[in-house]
Amino acid sequence: MYAQLVKSEGSKSRDEMTPEEIAFQERIDRGEKIEPKEWMPEGYRKTLIRQIGQHAHSEIVGQLPEGNWITRAPTLERKAILLAKVQDEAGHGLYLYCAAETLGVSRDELLEKLHSGNMKYSSIFNYPTLTWADMGAVGWLVDGAAIMNQVPLQRTSYGPYSRAMIRICKEESFHQRQGYDIMMKMCSGTPEQKAMAQDAMNRFWYPALMMFGPSDKDSVHSAQSMAWKIKINTNDELRQKFVDQTVPQAEYLGLTIPDPDLKWNEEKGGYDFSEPDWSEFFAVIAGNGPCNEERLGARVKAWEDGAWFRDGLMAHATKAEERRRSARHAAE
Amino acid sequence: MPSLPDMTTPNLSELAGKALAESGHVTVPAPDAGQEQFSEWLQRMGDNALILGHRASEWCGHAPALEEDIALANQALDLIGQCQLWLGLAAEVEAKGGDADRLAYLRDAGAFRNLLLVELPNGDFGMTLMRQFLFDAFHHTLLLALKTSSDSRVADIAAKAEKEVAYHLERSADLVIRLGDGTAESHNRMQAALTKLWSYTGEMFADDAVDQAMADAGIAPLPSTLKAAWEKTVTAVLDEATLVPPASAWQHGITGSGGGKKGVHTEHLGYILAEMQFLQRAYPGARW
Ligand SMILES: [Fe+2]
Ligand SMILES: [Fe+2]
Ligand SMILES: [Fe+2]
Repeated sequence: MYAQLVKSEGSKSRDEMTPEEIAFQERIDRGEKIEPKEWMPEGYRKTLIRQIGQHAHSEIVGQLPEGNWITRAPTLERKAILLAKVQDEAGHGLYLYCAAETLGVSRDELLEKLHSGNMKYSSIFNYPTLTWADMGAVGWLVDGAAIMNQVPLQRTSYGPYSRAMIRICKEESFHQRQGYDIMMKMCSGTPEQKAMAQDAMNRFWYPALMMFGPSDKDSVHSAQSMAWKIKINTNDELRQKFVDQTVPQAEYLGLTIPDPDLKWNEEKGGYDFSEPDWSEFFAVIAGNGPCNEERLGARVKAWEDGAWFRDGLMAHATKAEERRRSARHAAE
Repeated sequence: MPSLPDMTTPNLSELAGKALAESGHVTVPAPDAGQEQFSEWLQRMGDNALILGHRASEWCGHAPALEEDIALANQALDLIGQCQLWLGLAAEVEAKGGDADRLAYLRDAGAFRNLLLVELPNGDFGMTLMRQFLFDAFHHTLLLALKTSSDSRVADIAAKAEKEVAYHLERSADLVIRLGDGTAESHNRMQAALTKLWSYTGEMFADDAVDQAMADAGIAPLPSTLKAAWEKTVTAVLDEATLVPPASAWQHGITGSGGGKKGVHTEHLGYILAEMQFLQRAYPGARW
C-alpha cells in the first residue's frame, strides 16, 4: 500500500475524550462522512495529512519506475497504454494533494517535506525496473497490492479522501489488468520472454508483500486509525488477501512464486507464506534501497529546475492582474 | 587488434547473393509511383507525431509541475495515437505487409521522414514548450486543411487529430505568452529557445516533389501555402509574449541534400531510435 508506517496522533480511551471528541467518534461509528469545514480532532487531521500526503507522494514518485520504460516500450500500443497509466498516476497524485489541501496543508508544503526527506513514499518505488516484464509485474503486483488497500479506503471516514479513492480505484483496477496482460504475453512468448517474466516475479514478490507494512496487529497507532476509519484492515489481513488472490494468478501464468514454504492451509482457508525480509524493508524506508537516491533526486531536480517556470507563471499572473486593475481605473 | 585485411569482407557480391537466396523474399511488384509518394507523405505525418511524442514522453515524471507532467503525457499520448493512424495507413498503402509497428520499430534513421525540429533534444522546459508551440501552429494549420483531403482516410484521421492539436496549440501558445511575459529569467529562456529553434522552422514550409504530387492529387496542401497562416498565429503570440524572432536566420534542412523529409537527420535521431527500437531489435519476431 502507498501509506506505510503512518503514525497516528491521539489514541485516547473513551474516559479521556472531551464531549466534542465523543460526538465526533459517534459520527464515525454511525458511518457518517467528515467534511472539510466540520470540527475534527487535531490528531485526526494530522494523521490524515500524513497518510494522504504519503499516498500522494507515492503516486508521483511512482511515475518514475514506469516512466523509465515509456521510451523503450516494444509496440506503439504498449507505449500508449503505459503513457496513459503513468498519466493516471500523476492524476492520482493531483486528486490526493487536493484532498490534503482541504485539511489545511498546501501542495507546496507537502512537496517541501518530501524533498527534504521529512515525508516518505512507498518503499516499492525504490526498486529498479530492469526489463519490460517489470512493466507487467508492477501493474499486476504493485497496482494489485495498492488496490487491496484502496478498495476498503473508499469507505474511509474523511469525505474528500473517500471520494478520491473511488475515482482512483476505477483506474487502478485497469492498471492491474494491463499489467497482467503484459505478463500473459510474456509467459506465452519466447523462452527469453518467459525468463524475463519469472525474473520480474522473483524480484517483485517480496517488495510487493512489504507494501502492506510490517505486522501492526498490536500497534496503538493502527488501532486509533482504525477507530477513526482512516485505516480499515490490518496490514496482515491485507497481505493475506493479496497472497490468496495472487497465487492462482501466478499459477495460471505458469510462474513460480519465489517462496519454497508457500502452501495452501485448508484450516485457515488461505496460503501460508514466508515473511519478507523486514530488515531490507527498514533499510529501504531509511533511504538505502537500490533506487532511493535516483527517485528522490529526480523529483528534487524536477522541482528545482522548474522553479523559473513556476516563478514565471506567477509573475505573469501578477502582471495580468495589475493590468486589469489599471484598466478598470482608467474606465471609471 | 586483428590486422586490417582480416576485417575486410572477402567477397561482397557472393555474400549478397547468398543472403538473397536465404531470405526467401518473393519479389513484390513495385507499387505505382503515386502510391509510393503517398506512403512517403504519410510517413512524414506519422514520423513527426512519433518523434515529437517520444520527446514529450521523456518529460514523464520530470516536469516542473504536476499539471505539466499530466499535460505532456497527454500530449505524447495524442501524438502516439496519431502516429498509429498515419503509419498504419502508410503501411496499408505501401502494401509490403506489416503495420505501423513495423515502420516505427524496424526502419533505420535514414528511412525516417520527420522534420529536424521534432527530433532536437528537449533542452530546458522552455525549449520544449517553444518547440511544441512552433510545431503546433504548423500542425494545426496543416490538419485543418487536411480535413478536406480528397482521400477520405486522410480526412478522417485529420478530423480526429485536429481536435487534439487545437488543444495542444491553445496550451502551448498560452504558456509561451505567460513565460515570455513573466520574469526576466523566464523571458530570457523563452527568447533563447525561440532564437535557437527559428532555424528549424523553414523546413516545415519547403515543398518538394512528394508535396507537389500530393497537392496535385488533392490529398494535401503544399506546405508553402501554410506559411502565411502560421506566421499570423506565431506573430500574434510572440508579440503578446514580448518575444522577437531573429531577423534573419539560416534555415536547416532546406538547401543541399540535408533535411528530415529526405531522411538526412541530425545525430540525435539515431539515439532516439536506439532507445525506442531496442526490444524489437534485441528479440526479433517476439510478440509483446
Ligand atoms: Fe495510482
Ligand atoms: Fe499506483
Ligand atoms: Fe496505478
